[in-house]
Amino acid sequence: MLNPYKIREDFPILKREINDHPLIYFDSAATTQKPKQVIAAIKEFYENCNANVHRAVHTLSQESSELYEDAHEEVAKFINADSMEEIIFLRGTTEAINLVAYAWGLHNLEGGDEVLVTLMEHHSNIVPWEMLSKTNGFQVKYVEVNDDGTLNYESFENAISHKTKIVCLTHVSNVTGFINDVKNVAKIAHEHDALVLVDGAQSVPHFPVDVKDLDVDFFGFSGHKMLAPTGIGALYGKREVLEEMEPFHGGGSMIKEVTFDTMTKRCSSSLNDLPWKFEAGTPNISGGVGLMAAVRYLKDIGMNNVKVHEENLTEHATRRMQECEKVNIYGLKDASLKCGMIPFGVEGLSSHDVALFLDSYGIMVRSGFHCAQPLHEKLKLKSSARASFYIYNTPEEIDRFVEVLREIEQL
Amino acid sequence: MSNVEDYVARIEETCGEEKHFIVIFKYDSKNEAIAKILNKAKVEKSMSRIAFELTFRKVSFRLYGTGKAIFRNLKDKKALQKILADLLL
Repeated sequence: MLNPYKIREDFPILKREINDHPLIYFDSAATTQKPKQVIAAIKEFYENCNANVHRAVHTLSQESSELYEDAHEEVAKFINADSMEEIIFLRGTTEAINLVAYAWGLHNLEGGDEVLVTLMEHHSNIVPWEMLSKTNGFQVKYVEVNDDGTLNYESFENAISHKTKIVCLTHVSNVTGFINDVKNVAKIAHEHDALVLVDGAQSVPHFPVDVKDLDVDFFGFSGHKMLAPTGIGALYGKREVLEEMEPFHGGGSMIKEVTFDTMTKRCSSSLNDLPWKFEAGTPNISGGVGLMAAVRYLKDIGMNNVKVHEENLTEHATRRMQECEKVNIYGLKDASLKCGMIPFGVEGLSSHDVALFLDSYGIMVRSGFHCAQPLHEKLKLKSSARASFYIYNTPEEIDRFVEVLREIEQL
Repeated sequence: MSNVEDYVARIEETCGEEKHFIVIFKYDSKNEAIAKILNKAKVEKSMSRIAFELTFRKVSFRLYGTGKAIFRNLKDKKALQKILADLLL
């Protein structure tokens, strides 16, 4: 069992008061707070072994390189990848998707091809494909979403064909929290010889993820949504797929050597091994160290415990929020089918007003489109407020949140 | 103080179908800003002093005691700047 009261002691920020009220942080789907273990790991790195990686023979560089490689290993084990060669560190999920679009899509997609994307995607899994389609001439096709915000699997099966080269979908909707059956989608996609790219930004932090069991080709996620600092994330790719791909960025680290040919007067280079082929330039080393500490923290808690805790909080919040007269919960309400987030509205108020009122009481929630405008349009919502929960949230915080919602209803 | 910037820390244009502007006043001058606004705008409704529903020259907006305000249905940021200047200076 997860003990949120004990966990809260690891998060210094949760002792803050906002607008003279104890902070209630319900915006973890946007970014999580950081435990002192992660903060300490980054501090320790800078105080004791900071140096550039993979460049020098001196002791500090060797220690930094070892830490940075250990971080890749830790992440690989966390999602059950075969090896660290399949784990590319980058800024986050957005960069992971862009890497696939440009390092794979640019060279493998052309007129007549189709890319399948769902209507519940974050903009980061829509815009790169639409941008690339303008230069490469392929078609982006959209899989429908049902009225309750769940994925329409029939629409997916109708849309996929021999023209489909890649299926791009989120593991968990960042608006409704609905968990997609990625394993089944991957099975069907592979039957059509299409690759599968999964946006795992809202899944890896919240429940156990096994990329081998899911049998997906690419899987991206962000460190900052799972206790690590901002600016670090990972892309998993199947080794055989990554090996066939061109690099994303050019520069140091991603090449083994660059030679100048005196006859042709040109330079040529040979590519580095995986995963470094995709990590050009000095990487975010301290971010990697922080991500490793975050993964170890979550492993100590146990991802199944994280899942159960969030499910309990979501169930409790859904039930309590339904006691409010003017509060409407959008989309699916079954907590067992979703991650710890609830999109909602208060009659007569815009989502931004709801967020500003809650802020007055020290409660932090997100408002707007949450970078998923097509899904809001599909659900006929002008915008939504979103309460999202994590390991440090408690039922008492939810009760206070509902109490404040009732006050807001009366204003 | 003689500039809007002396009072305003940030202006956020909201996402969502409703195009609103959220104004965040500087912490040190928020009380002064709130007092000036309440003095000039018409208070339509006071919500337990947590927020005030206000109108000023046919523009409706809500002012929060936390030092934030949400302006609705303004044409653009320039129109907002004009309103803020008239309210604060």
